[in-house]
Amino acid sequence: MTATSRPPTFLGLPTAQRPSLPTAPRGVGHLRGDRSFPDAARDALRDGQLRANLGHATSTIRAKRAAVVGEVPDWEELRQAGKALKQATMARLDELLVQLEEQVTARGGTVHWARDATEANEIVTRLVRATGADEVVKVKSMATQEIGLNEALEAAGIAAHETDLAELIVQLGEDEPSHILVPAIHKNRAEIREIFLRTMPQFAEPGAAAELTDEPRRLAMAARAHLRERFLRARVAVSGANFAVAETGTLAVVESEGNGRMCLTLPQTLITVMGIEKLVPTWQDLEVFLQLLPRSSTGERMNPYTSLWTGVTPGDGPQEFHLVLLDNGRTAVLADEVGREALHCIRCSACLNVCPVYERAGGHAYGSVYPGPIGAVLSPQLTGVEDNASLPYASSLCGACYDACPVAIDIPSILVHLRAEHVEAQQRTTPEAAAFRALSRAMSSPWLWRLAQRAAGLGRFLSRGGPTLPVALPPPASAWTRSRDLPTPPRETFTQAWAREHGR
Amino acid sequence: MTGARDEVLGRIRTALGPDRRPAPEVHRHYRRSDGRPVAELLDVLTDRLEDYAATVLRCSPEAVGATVAAALDAGLGVGWAPAGVVVAPGLPAAWRPDGVSEDDGRPAVGLTAFAATVTGVAVAVAETGTLVLDGGARSGRRALSLLPDCLVCVVETGQVVGGVPEALARLDATAPLTMVSGPSATSDIELSRVEGVHGPRTLVVVLMG
Repeated sequence: MTATSRPPTFLGLPTAQRPSLPTAPRGVGHLRGDRSFPDAARDALRDGQLRANLGHATSTIRAKRAAVVGEVPDWEELRQAGKALKQATMARLDELLVQLEEQVTARGGTVHWARDATEANEIVTRLVRATGADEVVKVKSMATQEIGLNEALEAAGIAAHETDLAELIVQLGEDEPSHILVPAIHKNRAEIREIFLRTMPQFAEPGAAAELTDEPRRLAMAARAHLRERFLRARVAVSGANFAVAETGTLAVVESEGNGRMCLTLPQTLITVMGIEKLVPTWQDLEVFLQLLPRSSTGERMNPYTSLWTGVTPGDGPQEFHLVLLDNGRTAVLADEVGREALHCIRCSACLNVCPVYERAGGHAYGSVYPGPIGAVLSPQLTGVEDNASLPYASSLCGACYDACPVAIDIPSILVHLRAEHVEAQQRTTPEAAAFRALSRAMSSPWLWRLAQRAAGLGRFLSRGGPTLPVALPPPASAWTRSRDLPTPPRETFTQAWAREHGR
Repeated sequence: MTGARDEVLGRIRTALGPDRRPAPEVHRHYRRSDGRPVAELLDVLTDRLEDYAATVLRCSPEAVGATVAAALDAGLGVGWAPAGVVVAPGLPAAWRPDGVSEDDGRPAVGLTAFAATVTGVAVAVAETGTLVLDGGARSGRRALSLLPDCLVCVVETGQVVGGVPEALARLDATAPLTMVSGPSATSDIELSRVEGVHGPRTLVVVLMG
């Protein structure tokens, strides 16, 4: 049902010059890897346990998503409405942000603006310090992962406790997140048990470890016991936001475990960090996204808990509320007419779960907190394509991500667009460009072309009758054959066959 | 602070350019209402709630009090102590079992002293098995439906709607809203759903009609 109307992938026509706006700064946050995607992926592919864990988890979630999406007769209409609403939001983003600010302020909240990760981290640190607290509880948030808030708080002597189960697994294991929804997707139950036994004080007592099996229910109970007291004593919480409604100033956090509710309800002070693109214009618009997100994300008809709040409510929940609006390269993405669609993302992670590249390489290979297909189009735009140059190529352009996307982001077309941008930005001639130039010359001259074909035919003796050649080309062409097989050249060319059969 | 605000807004204007594309028209061709009869919606709601491991007890409007007691039997076990049960301040007297306490507005963490909470709801969504609490007197404040480990919610027939759009249309966007769909759960271990993490591990719904 979702694969009804896929238009052909946009094949990168020359683009108009986009205005140059500041991208996410280097040296702060988690948008850049220290290795290229192919290098990181090669290591990941050698990890059999990782591949088994990812294969199991992604196939589970694909089946669940397909079932709950299949039972919605108007899924495609919802999807198109979601896309149009996001386009409408981007077209009036300045106006809507000002409206949101007015509404939040009118209801007792304080709005802060952050140009980039560094500024957002400074704002949050200052706000936490002003409360006198030396620890915060955190609701899972991609924006705060993106800006490296935990590290910034730690440097300021403030402990940040992740409370989402998967984030907790990653934090306790001193690991990196590898999935948007389930950052610990690369760990299986036995590995999670090991981390808990090693790091949770409750299992330090002799004999206590025996109580913890690798049964998911037992592991969830261990997390409950570990965090309960922290929730009850916390004075400050930090969250992200799934949506913000400009018309009413309402913020929304969508979650499952109740850790979000604990953080959004119990502390005196709540600080929410939100990317400027998370906006929707009106309250009514949430009716679309609250249907699209849970079914695409965890494959549920509705997630267990959604919290919606507007400013401060006397006698109920935090009495001090701060909203930090984060740019960090988003306006640079907005400046690209093709690429800006990446800002429509509602972080469901459906594209990761259906991606054959993600399923094999895993999230760490992408080097950014945004992995998978959406990460491959978002990260290079937030940082500037030169800082994540290998990501637009981390795809086979199969289009499964586009079909799964609940707001119909045409990820394959953006990938091709970014590849074109990357190629155009090359200062020096690459071996690939030189090879194509030579090919272009050969193909422009009949006798050169025939000569080249005959020369290639000599390669047949290497094939020993197989469909591919068992050799890699020498450098610099080895970069090409490293991830591709060279087909065995045919016995005769088409022209030769034609001449033979038609006697010309 | 004004510096960052003006700069971010200025960047957006630069990004969109002098002749920005007009906002496209949004077509709401999806279902915005549900023509199914009430009895069918109640059945769908029951099915969806049970699918996510909630217990549903259906009753006539006259039998709510007794059914709430039965719900607490189901959630806490027969012989539960009334002193361990707290109810929302606006819960009708006829719905309250004898001896239970009303939320007295104590500091939120003090609510951990209770084993179970009984509240009403603002609206219920059949298709998704969702109860919406709105912070009003019947729903109670947010911490009330969060800290005690067993949550009993009473849903009136007229509060049940078909889908999400009808539910949002009935709600005040600026109220502190909590949408509850089953007991607390997680999919964080191998993407399989497991019930019972930080929120109430038991959800019992008393459904009128």
